[in-house]
Amino acid sequence: MRNYEMIFIVRPDVADDDVQKLITQMESVVASAGGKVDKVEKMGRRRLAYRVSRQREGFYVLFFVQGTGDTVKEFERRLKVTDAVIKHLTICTDDILQRAAKFKALRTKQEAKRRRSKPAPAPAPPPVPAENAQA
Amino acid sequence: MPVPREGAPTGERPQRREGPGGGGRKQYFRRRKVCKFCTEKIDIIDYKDVRLVSEFVAERGKILPRRLTGTCSTHQRALSEAIKRARNIALLPFAAGA
Repeated sequence: MRNYEMIFIVRPDVADDDVQKLITQMESVVASAGGKVDKVEKMGRRRLAYRVSRQREGFYVLFFVQGTGDTVKEFERRLKVTDAVIKHLTICTDDILQRAAKFKALRTKQEAKRRRSKPAPAPAPPPVPAENAQA
Repeated sequence: MPVPREGAPTGERPQRREGPGGGGRKQYFRRRKVCKFCTEKIDIIDYKDVRLVSEFVAERGKILPRRLTGTCSTHQRALSEAIKRARNIALLPFAAGA
């Protein structure tokens, strides 16, 4: 099982109810293809950066899915068949999440190192000469 | 420092010469650019975050080079990926303007 992020754009002239219907339909597609939907996010109506099948706007829908290659295949096939969907993109997020975790681990390690090396010399020398000089 | 009257200015001058026509060496001190993703600790450069990603795109939609933005090489690679994904899903233009 891998983590996928699937985003697709629905035509702007489709009613909200129909978008919702499409979403539930796609959820069932994922389930029947042996996947699991983690989260669905409606990013809402947005202006497109360029025209896609003569549309200047689109309704973005984002799926976070766990599944196999077959899940993705079926999902994409359904999107291609659906007329209301004008564009879609699937991304495997495993590598990205892994790299992010690595960065995070590295940073906490470095911070721990800095904390360990810094406090030792800092508090010890300055107060002693100051007191001596005043006395 | 106050003792040599004539020596002090000549000693200072070459360092100060950084105005217009300063010999073409270091004309003015440029602040060292640092990677935004390193300083702000952004681990995931999300292609859906248009406001962030579009900072690194020129007016016409080209990806800005590292030498202009100061991004480190690791993050520049991730960034270019993110920009290309954003272009693919029509969040960013391939070529903007006229």
